[in-house]
Amino acid sequence: MASSNAYAQRDPMLKKRDDFEDILEERRNSSDLRYALKCYTPALYKGVAPCKSSMLKSMVLQSDQLHYVIQQVSKETGRQTDNVQEEVSAILDEMAHSLQLSTVRFFAFTLSKIFKSLFKSIRVNEEGIQRLQQAIQDHPVVLLPSHRSYMDFLLMSYLLYTYDLTLPVIAAGMDFMGMKFVGEMFRMSGAFFIRRSFGGNKLYWAVFSEYVKTMLKNGFAPVEFFLEGTRSRTSKSLIPKLGLLNIVMDPFLKGEVFDVHVVPVSISYERILEETLYARELLGIPKPKESTSGLFKARKVLSEDYGSIHVYFGQPVSVRSLAEGRVNRCQFNLVPRHIPGRPDEDIHSFVNDSAYKLVRAQEDNMVLKPWVLLASLLLQKQAVGQEQGTALDELTAQAVWLRDLSRQYGAFLHWPDQMTPSEVVSSSLSLHRGLVRTCEGKVQLALEHEEKLLSQAVIVLSCASYRNQALHVFLRPALLASAIHAASSNQKQEVFNSFSFLRNMFSNEFILCPGATVQDFEEACYLLVKTGTLQVTQKEVLVNERGHRTLAFLVSMLDPFLQGYQVVCRFLCEEATETLTEKQFIPAIRKFIIKHLLAGRLRYAEVLSSDLQKNSLAAFLRLGAVEKIKGYQISNVSPCLGGKLPTQKAVVARL
Amino acid sequence: MASNSSGSGSQGRAPQRLRIIAGHLQRPVDVDATVSAAECKAQGGEADVASDGKSVPKRRQEIMKWNGWGYSDTKFLFNKKGQAEFTGKRYKLSGMIIPALKEWMEGTFGTNMQHKSLATPALTRTAVQPPTLNEAFVEELKSTGVPFSHDAEDRVFRAHGHCLHEIFALREGKVGRVPDLVVWPNCHNDVVKIVELACKHNVCLIPYGGGTSVSSALECPQEETRSIVSVDTSQMNRILWIDEKNLTAHMEAGIVGQDLERLLNESGYCTGHEPDSMEFSSLGGWVATRASGMKKNIYGNIEDLVIHVKMVTPQGVVEKSCQGPRMSTGPDIHHFIMGSEGTLGVVTEVTMKIRPMPEYQKYGSVVFPNFEQGVACLREVARQRCAPASIRLMDNEQFKFGHALKPQVSSMFTSFLEGLKKFYITKFKGFDPDCLCVATLLFEGNREKVLQHEKQVYDIAAKFGGLAAGEDNGQRGYMLTFVIAYLRDLGMDYYVIGESFETSVPWDRVLDICRNVKARIIRECKDKGVQFQPFSTCRVTQTYDAGACVYFYFAFNYRGLSDPVHMFEEVEHAAREEILANGGSLSHHHGAGQCCAAWAEVMESGRVERCGTSYSADTTMC
Repeated sequence: MASSNAYAQRDPMLKKRDDFEDILEERRNSSDLRYALKCYTPALYKGVAPCKSSMLKSMVLQSDQLHYVIQQVSKETGRQTDNVQEEVSAILDEMAHSLQLSTVRFFAFTLSKIFKSLFKSIRVNEEGIQRLQQAIQDHPVVLLPSHRSYMDFLLMSYLLYTYDLTLPVIAAGMDFMGMKFVGEMFRMSGAFFIRRSFGGNKLYWAVFSEYVKTMLKNGFAPVEFFLEGTRSRTSKSLIPKLGLLNIVMDPFLKGEVFDVHVVPVSISYERILEETLYARELLGIPKPKESTSGLFKARKVLSEDYGSIHVYFGQPVSVRSLAEGRVNRCQFNLVPRHIPGRPDEDIHSFVNDSAYKLVRAQEDNMVLKPWVLLASLLLQKQAVGQEQGTALDELTAQAVWLRDLSRQYGAFLHWPDQMTPSEVVSSSLSLHRGLVRTCEGKVQLALEHEEKLLSQAVIVLSCASYRNQALHVFLRPALLASAIHAASSNQKQEVFNSFSFLRNMFSNEFILCPGATVQDFEEACYLLVKTGTLQVTQKEVLVNERGHRTLAFLVSMLDPFLQGYQVVCRFLCEEATETLTEKQFIPAIRKFIIKHLLAGRLRYAEVLSSDLQKNSLAAFLRLGAVEKIKGYQISNVSPCLGGKLPTQKAVVARL
Repeated sequence: MASNSSGSGSQGRAPQRLRIIAGHLQRPVDVDATVSAAECKAQGGEADVASDGKSVPKRRQEIMKWNGWGYSDTKFLFNKKGQAEFTGKRYKLSGMIIPALKEWMEGTFGTNMQHKSLATPALTRTAVQPPTLNEAFVEELKSTGVPFSHDAEDRVFRAHGHCLHEIFALREGKVGRVPDLVVWPNCHNDVVKIVELACKHNVCLIPYGGGTSVSSALECPQEETRSIVSVDTSQMNRILWIDEKNLTAHMEAGIVGQDLERLLNESGYCTGHEPDSMEFSSLGGWVATRASGMKKNIYGNIEDLVIHVKMVTPQGVVEKSCQGPRMSTGPDIHHFIMGSEGTLGVVTEVTMKIRPMPEYQKYGSVVFPNFEQGVACLREVARQRCAPASIRLMDNEQFKFGHALKPQVSSMFTSFLEGLKKFYITKFKGFDPDCLCVATLLFEGNREKVLQHEKQVYDIAAKFGGLAAGEDNGQRGYMLTFVIAYLRDLGMDYYVIGESFETSVPWDRVLDICRNVKARIIRECKDKGVQFQPFSTCRVTQTYDAGACVYFYFAFNYRGLSDPVHMFEEVEHAAREEILANGGSLSHHHGAGQCCAAWAEVMESGRVERCGTSYSADTTMC
């Protein structure tokens, strides 16, 4: 952990980011119908003719890979190959997209209307579009948008249609299929459907992976999927899922294509459509099943203002460059390539690292609105129990301070410079008036005292989801700040140990690349030194006089999570017994937390988030503090908790 | 092989051409004072079947270029009218105008007739380091009567093969470490004596056959402090006997391919081993590098042809005690001799299988709509095991390249026919001129069987959308492979450098390796700042049951680059890396040499390190 030189180059302030163009502007000035019927002639990959879905299906069915698996399954189960073949066809029919331009045009028309009424603007970096266009012509392309809303994939296709780019085929969860008619509409606009879980089903996996690879290898269309696997209910990036990434990297690794370009896309919403829906879900109010009537009912959201959307198409990442010097591709030379095999350890770790890199690329290009900073400030104030709220000008001053800080940390902040800070703050507050209350010039979260705890929690969690958007900016400095806070001395080694422990514990919660502890520590040191918060010498880490404010802010940023993990820990120590099953865990811990909240022993209502609870349990499992018995029950290994996590106890005790 | 310009359907044109070549070559007279002539007594009693009309004189520089490929009188140039012309009288193309070449070069490489990068015309003797002679060795060598020389030209000629960096340096008049002495053994026993003396006096030996190596195998190690002696086997070029009962012939290892074929043809036989370099490469080199011939489908590769090998090593002579066709007596010693590339010893005599000369030869060609279909057809041909003597599939770039080499047609009628053919293929059949590719074929054997075989192959081709495209196209395809080496010299006059490399790869990866290696070359050139898009092309040149041999050409215009050779080598390295990553081998027949030394540990069979009295290889090109 020596020079911070390496980070000078990574200094995000120096990173040039593209400008945005509003695509709705043109929609407001010209006919939607003409737009929907416009001449659509996208440039294709190496000029290949687009492939009819029936042709695609037959290519998949005739592939060596599927032949092999069909033979294998038939041998194992004693079924006739014809019979297995039929099953394969059925799976394929259930899965396959059937893109039709007419449907796309229908969506283009309807979505134009909807978008115009919902959003002030949809801003896109056009340079990113140009890069994407080039990439599509040169290489098979994979689009990896962030996933915060159902809107994401419609929006993506809408944008690609607008810019006359090849429409992507999108991996969608099977739950959409449940929606009568709409499911089929999605299918005809390029979605293909995959079952949520098919771990053991060899046949399904083979069909699915061959389907994706066939599209990719031939460059028929960009393949789009969500690296995070599902919509993030908390607005934090989720730990990436590797299944599909493995599949799309495979053709390159096996030499079937020269390269694959992966394009991370960051979609940031000023106000998320599903805002309170998510909060309820996290609090255990069950998610409504996707249904057409549900969607219909949801039309009331159409009447509200959701601000603007920023979509940033990132730099295409060449899988070839990622793999250079990392992967020895010769390992695939000794087995026929159509025989499916589990990826080796080094391939797995390569895909995993790449996935983290890509998620971080998404995070980096996520546009943050001023409200995100306000939400962070308001949440911190609420937690320390400011009953009557903060004066508007004080909040504005703090927001300006935070704006400067976050910019120094490299945040992609979209702060309208042509407005005065107070105008910025009040317009943000008015957009989110459901979450904040301004009375007598004082601002606070819209929590009514007479309200029930759960209703309050809905507001807090919604607000937290905005704060979470900025978490990646502050995460590493915040981990360091908390580490300094927790460490018993100023010794650098001590601080590093403490940092490393916290980082390790939170690696289910935040995007922290495995094995990059030293790098992250250096990055955090670099940022905090740069902003004058710390002095880092060979041996010691010293806090500057003027650094306390920053440090306190950073510590409070992470505090809800620390407290949350602590509560889970306490629950496991105090209440968990041998008979606690995984299913019972969430209700039990929820009850436990509510008890603590009501008793005033816990300040953070957001700990009620089932996301945090699940993550912490996973972390404790990983750390060996908790053990699964028979795969069903959770048993807490008390000696382990006491023995293996003394540092954590220390951390908790000090906070 | 390529230079084999025998006409369609008729037999015996190859020998005719070779006779013409021979006619131009007079047996050179030894003029160098330091060369002492001595007859090889050891062979005195044995029948000397034929030794007249040797193609390779001791002073090679008298008929061959010292800083380029092939004969001095033969080269491409742009004449006063700005048209490309192939000089000399040796080849079918000789003396002809090639009208399309200039445009092709300008279009492909962005060359300009005004921007030339000419070679140093003659060797500056002062650039050559004076020889480090081991006096005791030289003294004793003199007493054996083996001719030798330490003339600068002789030494420089034997210090290189035909790698790009070697020729590039020579053209700039740069000479590195060269052998200190050249010896010309006349027979096996001479070699035995030379090796004994080398061991005794701690001298380094490098065997030299045809000098056509493209793997840096002839490069003298810079750090070598001992005296380096180049053992030029060119004078060991006799066929010692022909055994018609067993259909074998016993030759000295220095004989070059064209002499071997010509002399055997006189007795009605051939070996059928025709590597593209057969004009210059030697039998010993073929054995030492595991060479492969164009017609291996009928005759086999060198390892199938060799019955018996004599090799002189520092530990003594290695040979089998019988000439049985197969043995089950432990590992076959031939397998460490073949591929040893001169690191273990000097191959002196070889017994090879021979065959009666084929009664009938016929060229052919098939046009495919795209490379994928072509490869699928070759795969099917290999599956049915009905490959003709030679079958090669050129990609679209190479097809166009071949077209650029069409000589001027004299008759209106021919040009009308050509136009009609083109119209039929591109307009009527709808082949995209930027996608189509061509397979060239050579059938050999008895007339009836050839015609039957031809039909079988064309029927398979038709299933993959192939159209028969005539004998001329086929023949021109083969011509390309031998003039390409001359063309490189032309390119180098205009800032274009290029090289070829080859690999063998399983069938299922042929398409992938072709696409990826070509793309890798283009990308590497772009990343390294090459101004013009490189020429990156391939062909499938041999088919096997389990895979194919793929040959890549790669060239680019280096104007504006400060260190083109270094950059070229980096790109080549990347291309080889790509080959390995895509399941190809380091080499199908060029040999590993020192070029691939960097890869030694990568490959399962590492290169044998030079040790003791060290040898380097003489390898064949192509």
